[in-house]
Amino acid sequence: MNNLLTLPVMIPLGFSLLALLWPRRATPVGILALLATLLASAWLTWRVSGNGPMLLALGGWEPGLGIALYADALSSTLLLMSSVVALAAGIYSTGYFRAPGDRARFWPLWLLMMTALHALFLSGDLFNLYVTLELLGLSAVALAALGGKRKAVEAALRYLILGLLGSLLFLAGVTLTYAGYGTLDLMKLRDLLAPEPVAWIALALMISGLLLKTALFPLHFWLPPAHANAPAPVSAVLSALVVKAAFYLLLRFWLEIFEDVVTAFAAWLLGILGAMAVLWGSWRALRAVRLKLLAAYSTVAQLGYLFLFFPLLAALPAGAARDTALGALILMALTHAFAKSALFLATGVIQQKAGHDRIEDLGGAARALPVTVFTLALAGVALIGLPPSGAFLAKWQLFSAAIATGQWLWVPVIATGSLLAAAYVFRILGYAFAPAEGVTYRIADGREELPALILAILATLLLGFGSVQLWEFVTPGALAAGEAP
Amino acid sequence: MILTQLIFGITGGLLFAIGLRSALVRESLLARILAVNISGAGVFLALVAIAYRGLEETPDPIPHALVLTGIVVAVSATALALALRRRLEEADDE
Repeated sequence: MNNLLTLPVMIPLGFSLLALLWPRRATPVGILALLATLLASAWLTWRVSGNGPMLLALGGWEPGLGIALYADALSSTLLLMSSVVALAAGIYSTGYFRAPGDRARFWPLWLLMMTALHALFLSGDLFNLYVTLELLGLSAVALAALGGKRKAVEAALRYLILGLLGSLLFLAGVTLTYAGYGTLDLMKLRDLLAPEPVAWIALALMISGLLLKTALFPLHFWLPPAHANAPAPVSAVLSALVVKAAFYLLLRFWLEIFEDVVTAFAAWLLGILGAMAVLWGSWRALRAVRLKLLAAYSTVAQLGYLFLFFPLLAALPAGAARDTALGALILMALTHAFAKSALFLATGVIQQKAGHDRIEDLGGAARALPVTVFTLALAGVALIGLPPSGAFLAKWQLFSAAIATGQWLWVPVIATGSLLAAAYVFRILGYAFAPAEGVTYRIADGREELPALILAILATLLLGFGSVQLWEFVTPGALAAGEAP
Repeated sequence: MILTQLIFGITGGLLFAIGLRSALVRESLLARILAVNISGAGVFLALVAIAYRGLEETPDPIPHALVLTGIVVAVSATALALALRRRLEEADDE
């Protein structure tokens, strides 16, 4: 049964090649692949929730020489999240890319990106993680350049070079780890690692590489141009999934593999950078002229919130309170993934139907595209953190953890960030509801508007009301449980 | 013979640092792409040095396999970067 662990990786990979060989049927091939991947991920999540973590030594080679695939609650949850977002954005893309040539270029890369993403979530080997990071970076860059405009290519090239630097820093850390401990298997490393210079330097290298890829302030400068100039479905996954992949590794390394190596000081440093990201990103989002740039800066801010959890988790003793904070962190990441992809897809609809995405000229949008504007509002609810969205519960827990541990510093940061988020969301809505002046919109069809709406509903309603189940699933066995199967 | 390993390791570290610096500081895109490659070569050199286990012993095969994979990744990434740069030049010519 554990061989089926390869399915979320193999399905997109196989279909990606098929889409490449059969360009005229790329769209049905792609949609079929995404549906099958979603089913495989859902099955995997269901199985992990029933039977606990799954481990597979590929080809029967024991970890050490071979490569292990490993799925636990955290990785299967993220797998399911990425399958849902990729399917929704994939369906939307059939309306976005009308020319057959565009579709033939889009689908193989899209599925290749899913392959890399899922391999990253399931990998239990340090070097394999480097390879998946590179694959993810390369396919994401190629997708970001698909628009073909000068600005998009320029941003993509910058994104590529910084992504490569991030991967190289990561690889340098991997090299040092192997030099120090003689293994690349994550499970073995967890037992071997000790707080000593080799582990510190290796961790510092890997974390700085990952921070560059997660775009934590002040390493965020490449993100807004790359995300704002990519085609809409691509922006959606870049913001929702690709930066989360690096964050997932960061989380796993910090809390699980290098648990004995990290220091409270380093956690504080991450927290302070996160706080600056929240303030700076929200401020720039508020000042943005274009809707896509607003969404991109909002990603910088929302990623900042995730880093606020690090000093809190360092201060909380192991137990129920820490588990709750960890659950809130994952809930926050999931809510942002759904809300931000919804926001980018809705922005794409407006951009195509109105011919621009300047916020101040959005007048008439609410009348012409009511579903899309409703989606913007719903996604906005999740980004601000209003009830009943998942982000509301997550921020609530963030507040209580900050107060319980006496780290008052974060309270005004969260409050200011939320106020700024409310300001930029209402700024969009204010202009969107203004009466039109000579603007003509074309009618949007269902496959363009509905995927975004469904993602926004997932972020605001499902994650809010279903958060208890998620919490129960994710917290007990997710991290630092110390038990490998 | 440990000395040889040390020389290779330190050279690798230096190359890595030099490449990293140039990739961040240089203006020219081509120089930055080359800098990333030099930085990568530094990491590969360090990996080769790690594999050394003495004259009598066979070297550790795992770092060698990693270097091979790393070179494949570096070549593909460089190809993509150069293709994008060419696309930019074509856009400028028009």
